[in-house]
Amino acid sequence: MANPDVTFVAKSFMEHLPVYQVLVPFVSAPLCVLFGNRQFAWYLTFLACFISFIVSILLLNQVAEFGTISYALGGWPPPIGIEYRIDFLNAFLLVLVSGMALLTSVYLKGTIDLEVERSNQTLFLTCLLLCVSGLLGVLITGDAFNLFVFLEISSLSTYVLVAQGANKDRRALTASFDYLIMGTIGATFFVIGLGFLYAATGTLNMYDIAGRIQGDLPDRTIQVAFAFILVGLGLKGALFPLHTWLPKAYSFSPTPAAIFLASTATKVAIYAIVRFLFSVFFSHPTMLETVLVNVVMPLGILAMFVAGGIAFYQRDLKRMLAFSSVSQIGYILVGVSFMSSKGLTAAIIHLFNHGITKGLLFMCAGVIFLRYKASFYKEMSGLGRIMPWTSAAFLIGGLSLIGIPGTAGFISKWILVQAALEQGSWLIALAILLSSLIAVLYVWQVTEIMYFGDSSKKGFEISVGPFSYITIWILAVATIFFGLSTSFTLEYSSEAARVLLNEFSLTD
Amino acid sequence: MNQHLVLRVVTKLMVGFIILFALYVQFHGDYSPGGGFQAGVIFAAAFILYGLVFGLESVQAVLPPWVTHKMMALGVLIYTLVGIYSFFLGFNFLDYGALTPSHPEHGQHYGILLVELGVGITVAGVVISIYYAFVSRSSTSKDEEW
Repeated sequence: MANPDVTFVAKSFMEHLPVYQVLVPFVSAPLCVLFGNRQFAWYLTFLACFISFIVSILLLNQVAEFGTISYALGGWPPPIGIEYRIDFLNAFLLVLVSGMALLTSVYLKGTIDLEVERSNQTLFLTCLLLCVSGLLGVLITGDAFNLFVFLEISSLSTYVLVAQGANKDRRALTASFDYLIMGTIGATFFVIGLGFLYAATGTLNMYDIAGRIQGDLPDRTIQVAFAFILVGLGLKGALFPLHTWLPKAYSFSPTPAAIFLASTATKVAIYAIVRFLFSVFFSHPTMLETVLVNVVMPLGILAMFVAGGIAFYQRDLKRMLAFSSVSQIGYILVGVSFMSSKGLTAAIIHLFNHGITKGLLFMCAGVIFLRYKASFYKEMSGLGRIMPWTSAAFLIGGLSLIGIPGTAGFISKWILVQAALEQGSWLIALAILLSSLIAVLYVWQVTEIMYFGDSSKKGFEISVGPFSYITIWILAVATIFFGLSTSFTLEYSSEAARVLLNEFSLTD
Repeated sequence: MNQHLVLRVVTKLMVGFIILFALYVQFHGDYSPGGGFQAGVIFAAAFILYGLVFGLESVQAVLPPWVTHKMMALGVLIYTLVGIYSFFLGFNFLDYGALTPSHPEHGQHYGILLVELGVGITVAGVVISIYYAFVSRSSTSKDEEW
């Protein structure tokens, strides 16, 4: 609440950046519905994502300059009101999410007519905008319950986005329904956990909770809260045994939805896990260590191998990419479970690098699916000669997935291996390298068919707008750029890890 | 429902009162139990009752589906515009004090009324739209088969 003595508090544009970040896409969504024109809706979506991207970059600069930013919504100071709190970790991921939203909004200009009925396009874009603002909100907020609300905003709009795939394939409806059930169970678990935390502390502000649960031993309530929150967010983030909704949701949803979800949605849920681990429950290191070492790390390693193995046996491109996502999430979890600065750096940088890599791969898969009408490997034989550019971009993404030096994927795996060696766990380092070999296998399978198979089809009747190709190549170049120049990604992710562990090490 | 004279007459009589009660709950929400959500549901209940008794066509003649769709968006927009307005006066987002800077307590009051109005419009739009969506599905079994 503003000071009653002051009648006019001049605040600059820059001070309101945290709210613009979420508000711009959020206001654009109802405007799209009100105007109800699909051309207008696209321009508005593009503009909103563009502004949001610029704001995220400005925010990152602000954080780099001034440190953690806190913004009190409604003028109510943090423990009472809702707080937006931005440090290196979420500022870095805000750039990823808003950047991917921008690229998706450009990409879909070329493909939306092929996938979504004209009458539904406005509402499709509305849901995309809501999903973007929901994910940005999860990242930016410092209030645990507000995080839940934003998580639900993004999830509910995601269910609609996935269901729109029914235009091409009716199985999208069951995929969406599965996701709805699993996602709702996850949200319920999360909110039950929050309930326990609230019962134990009487506050919902994450940093306030963290301050109040400090003690020698966590009591039963906090342990239960921790378990519920971990499982709930794990469902949303597709941690290994809880991933069953993901392959269907990604492979049957319309391409723009698949691109955006694959590159951001699970990443944001994992961000929330990291945030709860290291900003809320950090004062109970033994509890964290028990869970991370005995549960999260084994599941992460299992994900790397089992999901990778399943990806190898897929014969459908999008499903293969979806299972490979599950296996890549395993790497991130292993990085988190080291509880070291190196490990967290690896996890955060992999969130970013895998985000752009998977975005690229799904963009290519989308163009291949729409133009060549191919989703199974056998229909793709000889594609490398018919669509040389898209296949080349796909190959770049595939190499990054394996972790070939010179691509973004290499950087994250390199740091992850370093982190494993730093802990002296040779076995885990070996596991990371071995599971990369599985990635070699499943990427090679596709490459072989694309480049060495005989082409059965020639030419296509369907064309995809130039926008889609532009975004594919922006991401392909970014994948290589972030593999060669690590100054941006490495600096911010190690800084984020340092800030996260700062509080953590104080209590040791 | 043509033969249910009592239902038809009572419904015609009640709809007005239900809407009036919705408005009461809406604008008295800050003093007594109620507010935007409850008011929106009561408001929608009036239309749903009318639709149940007089049929989908009659109620959609009063409130076509496109109106309810726009209502959903309009309510959200009213809510956020209140917040955006406080930006322009230099306050934080959704700081209702901005509405009457010389007397922030009044601003808090106006702010919650406006925001609740937005909530009410959206909730009414959503509930009526859900009703339309269910009712306009053609049934696969006849009434007699129940």
